[in-house]
Amino acid sequence: MTMDLASTTFRGYRRENGRVGVRNHVIILPVDDLSNAACEAVANNIKGAMAIPHPYGRLQFGADLELHFRTLIGTGANPNVAAVVVIGIEEGWTQRVVEGIAATGKPVTGYGIELHGDHETIMRASKTAREYVQWASERVREEAPLADLWVSTKCGESDTTSGCGANPTVGNAFDKLYPHRATLLFGETTEVTGGEHLIAERCRTPQIRERFMYMFDRYQALVERHKTSDLSESQPTKGNIAGGLTTIEEKALGNIQKIGRECMVDGVLDKAESPDGPGLWFMDSSSAAAEMVTLCAAAGFVVHFFPTGQGNIIGNPILPNIKICANPRTVRTMGEHVDVDVSGLLRKEMTPDEAGDALLDMMLRTANGRLTAAEALGHREFVLTRLYESA
Amino acid sequence: MIDFVVHDEGDSVGVVVVEGVEAGAELTGWIMDQDRDITFRAASDIPIGHKLAIKPMKTGETVLKYGVDIGRVVADIAVGEHAHVHNIKTKRW
Repeated sequence: MTMDLASTTFRGYRRENGRVGVRNHVIILPVDDLSNAACEAVANNIKGAMAIPHPYGRLQFGADLELHFRTLIGTGANPNVAAVVVIGIEEGWTQRVVEGIAATGKPVTGYGIELHGDHETIMRASKTAREYVQWASERVREEAPLADLWVSTKCGESDTTSGCGANPTVGNAFDKLYPHRATLLFGETTEVTGGEHLIAERCRTPQIRERFMYMFDRYQALVERHKTSDLSESQPTKGNIAGGLTTIEEKALGNIQKIGRECMVDGVLDKAESPDGPGLWFMDSSSAAAEMVTLCAAAGFVVHFFPTGQGNIIGNPILPNIKICANPRTVRTMGEHVDVDVSGLLRKEMTPDEAGDALLDMMLRTANGRLTAAEALGHREFVLTRLYESA
Repeated sequence: MIDFVVHDEGDSVGVVVVEGVEAGAELTGWIMDQDRDITFRAASDIPIGHKLAIKPMKTGETVLKYGVDIGRVVADIAVGEHAHVHNIKTKRW
């Protein structure tokens, strides 16, 4: 190990609540589908402001509505975001999102469109967005210890090289970050099927194990309720199968290489919930890339490790996704999407320790400001998880 | 030159990590956990990322990878043959 992680720091933006971000976004956040147009108009008016449109927020109810609010509030509260303008069709739910984000102490203002129309809303919101962008442009990065860095992981378009190359690289990096009190997250509840006993063994206490198995069984029940003959071509996906993965068990065993060999599972979260301490956390979540990464951002994570085999090209508006790939064909044909090439692992030209160090080096460069491939290519997939139909 | 990798010496399959493997090719494999090399002859054309059988498997038997159960055999598989969805199925769902 060449890097001395105990004394390693990064340069980030310390926010009002003490959390540290690695990006300095001003976002224009719609509460609902109807408000996307106004948000996009504001982002067009004000350079440096970013709209993050999505298709939901109307007639949701119960746990599904709670998750909607938790995800929007968590996104605005994420320390990679300096300030937020919220726009919704009406005042009530708009203010609920504003108040949730305001608890962090960061600048946030909301606008309801009813009684104003798009024109007036866009004008009023643009004035605030202009002030926020100029204010944010004067925030400066400061030195922060690794314990202030929250790192999440989820893999996508996996193939067999993920399980023997890219995912163990994440595992190696997690094993090195864990003793330094970093806050780490993994999830993908159906995608541990066949390896759930291995995660259960890694849970630090019987209570955590029980909570993990509750989340696991809850998702299995959902699959049982809706499956046809099986989940063929969905889990594993058609891309996974083309890449050589045959069964969910095989995919799961490759997937859980991401949590390394030494980290213990210190807690279990529901979707978009934030951890309240350092360690490795499991979050119940979909295994669909954009849904899971959106939940990681909403939970407050600021850097994401995204290993891929066949070449998943996902990004997120506020959470930088570092792509790690061990498949030499993907590196050759889709190189512009890859941040860390670990294909040398499969040729014995690179050791797992060297691969882990290469990822940690890229993590620090990303935290210090380097744009990831997905950021440079403009990938901003923001996908809200739905639990069931709207009313 | 490594043509395929095996996670654990108890596994029934290895993963091809080079492009263009054709039936009849002599392949060198690396057993990662025990850091040992083995050789096999490919009995099928096998795409990069896909598995070859390194042990003979009969219908109904369990396939091991990472030393763990990854599914059941649904059509007999000879050593060196392509092992995938046509001869292995999940035990879940």
